[in-house]
Amino acid sequence: MTANNASDLPVVSDRLSKNAMRHVSERLIESLLFAAAAVSVLTTIGIVYVLVSESIHFFQNVSIVDFLTDTQWTPLFDDAHFGIMVLVSGTVVSSLVALAVAIPMGTIIAIYLSEFANGKVREVAKPILELLGGIPTIVFGYFALLMVTPLLQKFFPELPGFSLLSAGLVMGIMIVPYIASLSEDAMRAVPMSLREGSYAMGGTRLYTALHVVVPAAFSGLAASYILAISRAVGETMILAVAAGMQPNLTWNPAEPAATITSYIVQVALGDLPHGSIGYQTIFAAGLTLILITLCFNILGQWLRRKFRENY
Amino acid sequence: MQANSLTTEQIRALIAKGKLKDSIFKAMGIACLALALLVIVMLVSDMIAKGSERLTLDFFTNFASRHAGQAGILSAWVGSLLVMLVTALAAVPIGVAAGVYLEEYAKRNWITEIIEINITNLAAVPSIVYGLLALGIFVYQFGFGQSILSAGLTLALLILPIVIVSTREAIRAIPAMIREGSMAVGATRWQTCRYHIIPYAMPGILTGVIIGLARAIGETAPIITIGALTFIAFLPPVPYTTGADGVTAGLFDWVMSPFTVMPIQIFNWTSRPDPAFEVNAAAAGFVLMVMVLSMNGIAIWLRYKMRKNIKW
Repeated sequence: MTANNASDLPVVSDRLSKNAMRHVSERLIESLLFAAAAVSVLTTIGIVYVLVSESIHFFQNVSIVDFLTDTQWTPLFDDAHFGIMVLVSGTVVSSLVALAVAIPMGTIIAIYLSEFANGKVREVAKPILELLGGIPTIVFGYFALLMVTPLLQKFFPELPGFSLLSAGLVMGIMIVPYIASLSEDAMRAVPMSLREGSYAMGGTRLYTALHVVVPAAFSGLAASYILAISRAVGETMILAVAAGMQPNLTWNPAEPAATITSYIVQVALGDLPHGSIGYQTIFAAGLTLILITLCFNILGQWLRRKFRENY
Repeated sequence: MQANSLTTEQIRALIAKGKLKDSIFKAMGIACLALALLVIVMLVSDMIAKGSERLTLDFFTNFASRHAGQAGILSAWVGSLLVMLVTALAAVPIGVAAGVYLEEYAKRNWITEIIEINITNLAAVPSIVYGLLALGIFVYQFGFGQSILSAGLTLALLILPIVIVSTREAIRAIPAMIREGSMAVGATRWQTCRYHIIPYAMPGILTGVIIGLARAIGETAPIITIGALTFIAFLPPVPYTTGADGVTAGLFDWVMSPFTVMPIQIFNWTSRPDPAFEVNAAAAGFVLMVMVLSMNGIAIWLRYKMRKNIKW
């Protein structure tokens, strides 16, 4: 070994140790980033843990058969009944009203934007839809209670001040942007050659849209409808403001009724002690809500897989 | 063959019928879009018409009150701002880190798959369920109580999927040659992310963050669920000042303070039977709409600008 090489040695080892440090800090950063990504999994675990653990306490006091079959929901009365169907009926009716507005309107807008409108119209229409989708739900609640209900009462004087109908209609308007933008994306992904084939055979624009593009994009449309159902079922403030909060087992949209979500809000507004049966009911209601949305999500994934078209 | 036996007249009639149907559908599409626009216009104009008399400086500097004419939104807008601060401080680092991990580091294995499925599903969870999560975990298990901290963290979890997805989309748009160039001169993976990927993805990330915060500022249900008060006539303690009780507030005391936010104030006023409060609700609703729509407007503008400027 020459002196020259010996003086080089520390330099090399210095660089090596720097490399090792670099390696350690790289691994450290990677695990930090992984921890951040894992937060989403922890959130899901947290949701399931909270809902299930509180619901277990609840179902120790209330039998699950009563919960599913009782026709009264009076958890805070002396004569307490816990029939979740009362709240489910409100949720189902308001969601159906909302979907009856949102699905036709959203689909028509999507077909129009994807198949008929030119670039300029799209450039104006998309921000409008985005703004509509960005309006806070509490403002929509105000709109439903103080503008839509009085308007409906002009045509149906017997309509009460709170009703599932006006809340549902406004919920429908709120959901339109979600359906329109997702469905439009799905239809724009359909290759041009399919449309050209239809045009070449003499198909009109509308015929091509309805008989070629819509069937080809069906899995995307179905996904957007499923998302709309989840939104409608989980919507809270519009119903809490405009549909009244008294539990009412009804299938008539012209009546006021509580939904699963508006019941949770009502209880949270009061001052219920931690651990009481009233406190536990909101977790049982929340569990019901998440199970309903879960069912629709599974249905949506199944639909998407079954009707997916590959080009 | 029947098709061959059609006369020219008949074919023309068929074409005319098809064109008529086309234009009827076109009119329906425009009508639906017009209805959407009409709703926005009606909402805003009604709120301005009803609320304009209350939109004075006093409205922004007064606390809530039993007298509709004197009530203001001071505690509400301060509360909203502070909650948004906590939300942004929690959601931006975690969301961006998660997005970077999933795009730049994650291997294609079942763990990654679970994380991705999770993020998709969390975006479809109703917001009130996040409120229940926060009530059980943040308020009682962690003992944060009904504070700005609990609310901010709840909304951070709520908008996390939005931040993650927009980060991933922004990163995906960066071509591979940028990474290759950086690594070719000896940068590590993290150095590539830190000095190239994150800065180039910044406009896209920012757009997602603004859209997420615009959603969070209008959220009511989860915050009501954790038990935020509807009537607050004080502000959270300012750091290093001495309150009426002679206690000097620490730097972070405000995060544990009770609070109210804009949407809850509007809900409170909307649900009162006295129509005088309706005017307040309209005015506060208008202020909230301006906040949300301007945030969305900035995001839309930012995206438009980005699309024009990008040249790889």
